[in-house]
Amino acid sequence: MTLLDWVLFLPLIGFLLLIFVPGKNGNLAKQMALGISLVVFFMSLLLIGDVTSHAAGFSFVQNAEWIHYPPIRYHVGLDGLSLWLVILTTLLTPISILVSWKHIDHRVSQFFAFLILLEFGLIGVFISLDLFLFYTFWEVGLVPMYFLIGIWGHDRRIYAAVKFFLYTMAGSVLMLAAIIYLYNQTGTFDYTAIVAQLQTGKLVLSAQAELLLFLAFFIAFAIKVPLFPLHTWLPDAHVEAPTAGSIMLASVMLKMGTYGLVRYCLPLFPNAAHRCAGWITGLAVVGIVYGALVALVQPNMKKLVAYSSVSHLGFVVLGVFSFTQQGLDGAVYQMLNHGISTGALFMLVGYLYERRHSLEISAYGGVATPAPNLAIVFLITTLASIGLPMLNNFVGEYLVLQGASQSNFPATVIAAIGVILSACYMLWLYQRTFYGKASESLSHHMPDLQMREWVAVLPLLLMMVWMGVYSQSFLPAIGAQNARILEQTKTRVNALQAAPVKEVADAR
Amino acid sequence: MQLWLIPLLPLAGFALNGLLGRRLPKMAVNAIACGSVLLSFLWVLKTLAELNAFGGGLQTAHVEHYFTWIQSGSLNIGVDFAVDRLTAVMLLIVTGIGFLIHIYATGYMAHEGGYYRFFAYLNLFMFFMLVLVLGGNFLLLFVGWEGVGLCSYLLIGFYFLEKFASDAANKAFIVNRIGDFGFSLAVFLIAFHFGSLDFGSVFAKVKDMPVEATAGWMTAIALLLLLGATGKSAQIPLYVWLPDAMAGPTPVSALIHAATMVTAGVYMIARSSQLFLHAAGVLHIVAIVGIATAFFAATIGLTQFDIKKVYAYSTVSQLGYMFVGLGTGAFSAGIYHVMTHAFFKALLFLGAGSVIHACGGEQDMRKMGGLRKYTQITMWTLLVASIAIAGVPPFAGYYSKDAILSAAYEHAPWIFWVGVVTACMTAFYVFRAFFMTFAGEYKGAKADAGHGHDKKHGHDDKHGHDNHGHGHGDPHESPPSMWIPLAVLAVLSAVGGWYFNIPKFLEPMFKVPEEVPGNGWTVYVSIAAGVLGIAIAYVFYVLSPRIPDSLVQAFAVPYRWIYNKYYVDELYDSAIVDPVVGGSRSLLWRVVDASGIDGLVNGVGKFARELGGIAKRAQSGQIRNYAAWVVLGAIIVIVTVSFSGGAR
Repeated sequence: MTLLDWVLFLPLIGFLLLIFVPGKNGNLAKQMALGISLVVFFMSLLLIGDVTSHAAGFSFVQNAEWIHYPPIRYHVGLDGLSLWLVILTTLLTPISILVSWKHIDHRVSQFFAFLILLEFGLIGVFISLDLFLFYTFWEVGLVPMYFLIGIWGHDRRIYAAVKFFLYTMAGSVLMLAAIIYLYNQTGTFDYTAIVAQLQTGKLVLSAQAELLLFLAFFIAFAIKVPLFPLHTWLPDAHVEAPTAGSIMLASVMLKMGTYGLVRYCLPLFPNAAHRCAGWITGLAVVGIVYGALVALVQPNMKKLVAYSSVSHLGFVVLGVFSFTQQGLDGAVYQMLNHGISTGALFMLVGYLYERRHSLEISAYGGVATPAPNLAIVFLITTLASIGLPMLNNFVGEYLVLQGASQSNFPATVIAAIGVILSACYMLWLYQRTFYGKASESLSHHMPDLQMREWVAVLPLLLMMVWMGVYSQSFLPAIGAQNARILEQTKTRVNALQAAPVKEVADAR
Repeated sequence: MQLWLIPLLPLAGFALNGLLGRRLPKMAVNAIACGSVLLSFLWVLKTLAELNAFGGGLQTAHVEHYFTWIQSGSLNIGVDFAVDRLTAVMLLIVTGIGFLIHIYATGYMAHEGGYYRFFAYLNLFMFFMLVLVLGGNFLLLFVGWEGVGLCSYLLIGFYFLEKFASDAANKAFIVNRIGDFGFSLAVFLIAFHFGSLDFGSVFAKVKDMPVEATAGWMTAIALLLLLGATGKSAQIPLYVWLPDAMAGPTPVSALIHAATMVTAGVYMIARSSQLFLHAAGVLHIVAIVGIATAFFAATIGLTQFDIKKVYAYSTVSQLGYMFVGLGTGAFSAGIYHVMTHAFFKALLFLGAGSVIHACGGEQDMRKMGGLRKYTQITMWTLLVASIAIAGVPPFAGYYSKDAILSAAYEHAPWIFWVGVVTACMTAFYVFRAFFMTFAGEYKGAKADAGHGHDKKHGHDDKHGHDNHGHGHGDPHESPPSMWIPLAVLAVLSAVGGWYFNIPKFLEPMFKVPEEVPGNGWTVYVSIAAGVLGIAIAYVFYVLSPRIPDSLVQAFAVPYRWIYNKYYVDELYDSAIVDPVVGGSRSLLWRVVDASGIDGLVNGVGKFARELGGIAKRAQSGQIRNYAAWVVLGAIIVIVTVSFSGGAR
């Protein structure tokens, strides 16, 4: 077993152990979950060195038979694209556990068991190199989130959970059909083998077939992202989910969709991707502006942050379909950034909710006076979210827009309007929540951050600054892998019109 | 040369005061805040001396590379600091004036809550402002640009309990974001066309490019940069945030919203002069925007009664002059005015702060008057500043304003003439303010403890108030920590224009426009305009104070327009803000999102359920029914197959 296998299977082992912890023994369950997730996190850090030094191709490859016929293999590996997403997952899992420490009061051990199972599914999605295995993990991730929302959510939790589940399922069934079609054409589910067949010309898809396959994958991913107009499950899911569920959903689960776009849609169906790029870019920029405008008028904090996610993830899609190095690098970086800053936002909204038991913005006002530290942390997170330079989002947004400006300048102009609007809705939220005079009742129920809360949020604040100031820790590995993907996406596109990418060598 | 120390020192001050300030005594907070800026100033002096900037040195930029910030494909953006003569001027202004204002603030803010927070923000501002002027590429300039905007937001909203303060803060940030929208698009285009964002390589490439070949996209870049500059430097159409920004404490108004940050747009255009010289049409637009703003803001300044508002519109107007300088190709004259303006406008604001302090928080000039008896030092220093801004030789403002106006005459005489009229109005309103505060008798209420507070809330103007009430009785002079900076600035306002010959210093970067013989008379015209303005103010507000009132009655309608700032805020609200918010709420959210898209999604779900409801009847559980379905199915299959040519 490689280190990666351990990182993948430890959470599964943890899940199996946790479901046998008796329900009344909640503390033991919490401690076990935290312990396991921390071990997984530290083990995942050991993955970094190998991947970054071994930039071309996959590290920690494990390729064993799972099902003999049809030939489905346990084929996993890690590259610059998946590495940071795996670490994002392993970082946010213990944080989510810590956030839920006090405020989950029924079926405690099951709650933490599902969180850990979710980690298993998510890591599996990011490291699978077999299409069927990928599909399996995709569905595995769905189940615990369904229960997290459905059991521990707010009032309309059942509605939201079912909507979340069915919507995602509807997309993934299409993807399954496409996967089976590909298998019939190639005789394998192996991702690297299929890409190789495409490269060598052994597998040639007709334009029509490629388009349909592309769309099947794309719709599954677009629902997950979520791309406008497939986004309406997201606000419902977020509003009803418990804090930890919102954090994992926004920070990691949505990235399954954007990851899929980069990993599968581009290299497997490059011609179709190029053909549809104009439409997709259009949807992305509409989503950026639309999500921001709708976020602007939300009376509910979680809905506001949810719509802001629609806007932020529009940037990711815009970057991916710019087919430029900067756009793709920025898109992948933005996946991580969004995970950090929106995860932190949901956490902080959760902190507010735990104190005041309301998600309505109008229930707040003047929080900065009784809870100055909470106000500062929220401010830093807000600033990260609106793309202030030297914090993480700026680097991603800049690269996305820089890349997009080379392939589609009008779209870039519209997307940049989203940057203005992000300041509007976030600062307005901040003003209405934290500024002004605090009412008597609010002051009484608004203690400042406690130790546990600090511990949960500090790593995210640290990452915001680190990723904003020194992106060189992360970007080289991402860039190397993206260069490969761009190469794979380009090769058979030359016949079509290649995007006019003018890249003058830098003087340095 | 360790340029990084220059911004890092204030950053360290910010970190120390921000993290520990709550537990530190005021003296320690002061020492950290002022000390870090002083050290930074000294380090600037040392660096410039080493580079022999005051001798003949520093003809080209001195660049230091620290680390790679963003690297993607062929695009490489470093954290590089660079000093050339333009940066040298800005560094001296920012750290020098910044230090004086820090000292002043220790006195001014002495009785305020959140003392450490104030100084932490102020230090953070110094950090970003220094990054702005030191940055060696467009993106690093943008870092400082956004960073100072953040600090401006934090400091305008310093009194965040008051809604007008947080409103003003949001307005400042968001309006600036509109400008930044332009700036960032310009950055994308620059990186695309030059393959780099480094000033050195971009400007070197521009120089070799023929003007005709680049006209299209260079015009776009220049226009977008101009949009950025109009946001930060409060020009038409984005000036609206600056008057409201006076909600911040007065030292903030002096440092950020008069002397340094708002000149960032001027700096940025001067920095990009090579690009603008390749887009002559845009340069002309810069001049027109500048003169229009200068004139327009000056007219509003004529009518305001809040002393800080008068100076705020004056700042907008003076920034307009700087743009005229830039737009007429006299880049060094624009920077010259940045410097002299930093002297006299910082002094005006600090003096205003001293006046407000003396009157226990009052900002309405109608309730002042007669302060010459109480605040001698403030009066004399403010007099110097007022003469300087009026453009009377040999005070500082005369030199830079003359440089701009003579360049304007060369460029287009009408700009010169509008500039002269504006100069006259400028002289009038600053002396109007001066006479209203210092001449006549004191009109404020005396000796009722706490009146500062009462006045503050009962005021007819909802914006722009310092929470600076002490509630003492008679007006009184400010402590030495406040008047010593005033005195230093007064000296600079008096002789700084003559002593620091900026156009000459900047000659290696910007060619000095040649003196055209025969235009010597323009100097006398602009001096005469200033003197005339002072004279009218003297007549109106000292000799026969009835005149203004009767004029107001005679021109009631235009007066009301001007007094209400031409209703531009209201126009923006009803034309932009309300439609966006209202449309998003009632159309996008409620109709498109909730009923339209989500309605469709739930409709599909409902449809599937109803379909299932029909289909479930087939699952009757009766064998005979199933058998019937099987037979029916078989028939359909057979028929279909045989019609389509049989099974092969």
